[in-house]
Amino acid sequence: MIAVIDYRAGNLTSVKKALDHLRPDAVVTCDPGVVARAAKIILPGVGHFSVTAILEQAGLRSAILDRINQGVPFLGVCLGMQWMFESSAEAPGIPGLGLFPGACGRFTESVKSPHVGWNSLTCHEGSRLLRGIPPGSFVYFTHSYSAPVVEQTVARCEYGGEFSAAVEQDNLFGVQFHPEKSGALGLKLLENFCGLSC
Amino acid sequence: MLTKRIIACLDVSAGRVVKGVQFKQLRDAGDPAELAAAHSKAGADEVVLLDISATHEKRTTLADTVRRTARQLFIPFTVGGGIRSLDDAIAVFEAGADKISINSAALANPSLITRVADRYGSQAVIVAIDAKRIKGEARFEAYVSGGRNPTGRDAVAWAREAEERGAGEILLTSMDRDGTGAGFDCDLTRACSEGLKIPVIASGGGGDTESFVDVFQRGKADAALAASIFHFGLHRLGGLKQELQSAGIPVRWPC
Repeated sequence: MIAVIDYRAGNLTSVKKALDHLRPDAVVTCDPGVVARAAKIILPGVGHFSVTAILEQAGLRSAILDRINQGVPFLGVCLGMQWMFESSAEAPGIPGLGLFPGACGRFTESVKSPHVGWNSLTCHEGSRLLRGIPPGSFVYFTHSYSAPVVEQTVARCEYGGEFSAAVEQDNLFGVQFHPEKSGALGLKLLENFCGLSC
Repeated sequence: MLTKRIIACLDVSAGRVVKGVQFKQLRDAGDPAELAAAHSKAGADEVVLLDISATHEKRTTLADTVRRTARQLFIPFTVGGGIRSLDDAIAVFEAGADKISINSAALANPSLITRVADRYGSQAVIVAIDAKRIKGEARFEAYVSGGRNPTGRDAVAWAREAEERGAGEILLTSMDRDGTGAGFDCDLTRACSEGLKIPVIASGGGGDTESFVDVFQRGKADAALAASIFHFGLHRLGGLKQELQSAGIPVRWPC
């Protein structure tokens, strides 16, 4: 069973719909007990970084960390990926999971914000998440803050500077873009994640 | 590089896609779910479904239409037309829309923008503005109720207010150009785009490739709506993107 975490950060219908298209066992949940049994976990979410505080209050943060430590594949999408870093300038008092180093920051004043639309990926070799997704592929973004390029970055994107479009290490995966809204390539990425055996 | 988006718009009435000229003379054009999927396959970057049903009774089919259309669509999907309250918006999101577009209701009740943005995020809120050039001036007035009623509001000033209240994008339609294929109103689009931080989607007047090149270069649009599947054949979508690419406009192609 794949647990899709609902923490009231936007609309999860499209993520659920894309997963339903690929396989039948995705469950949208806010129950730490369900997370504790999940074979894979997806943390979607759009909106303000401060809403991640709900994950702590609902007991989901520790449930997620426990499963991650047991080796369960975890995919953060958009805000969900930003939460995997240490913090965000959007909500300085609220800690992220700190699974990847650094803080998320705002785009420079030189570009329009939010960054909305289809942008191309500069992919690194050897990513399991991006298998079959060629360098230069276009994916759909919508965000006002972004994560820095780090050692675990497997795809970069350029918008007023470079940022992490995808990160990956062992059983940890994050994408800033929306695979559920990125056409056939996005579905391919979700399929790659669903097919992982960590 | 961030690409310029070509957004396919389907006007829907009573569950069927229709198309008129300057908001009039409606003709039947097919099934929304089928046409949305076909547009996605042909290279559209997003799909917008605008419900233009004249009466409330006809609108009851909207949630069902949205659900059917969303099921097989894996690119951004916006729904607009007749959304008057947070409850209307919730119903549309729960049926599978990624974004909603609000027009008359936002002008009548601007706090609706903020309420939807607080719940679903700014990226989910498009404020649509129908603008008409004021005769003899370089200014534009916002209209409501499908372009029937003038508001006395300056369209660009209203766009700025919508942004401050939490809109994530502006869908800007030139009523003078809508359905004519005579080219976008680049003065209108540019005035709006240069005054805002959020993306502006140009609408009304799209025709030949040159009109799209023009609205991206001179009009500074972030996206353009290809509203008419009569003026703008489905078969032309991929061709248009290739031509835009040749003209130096960054587009998602091949997709």
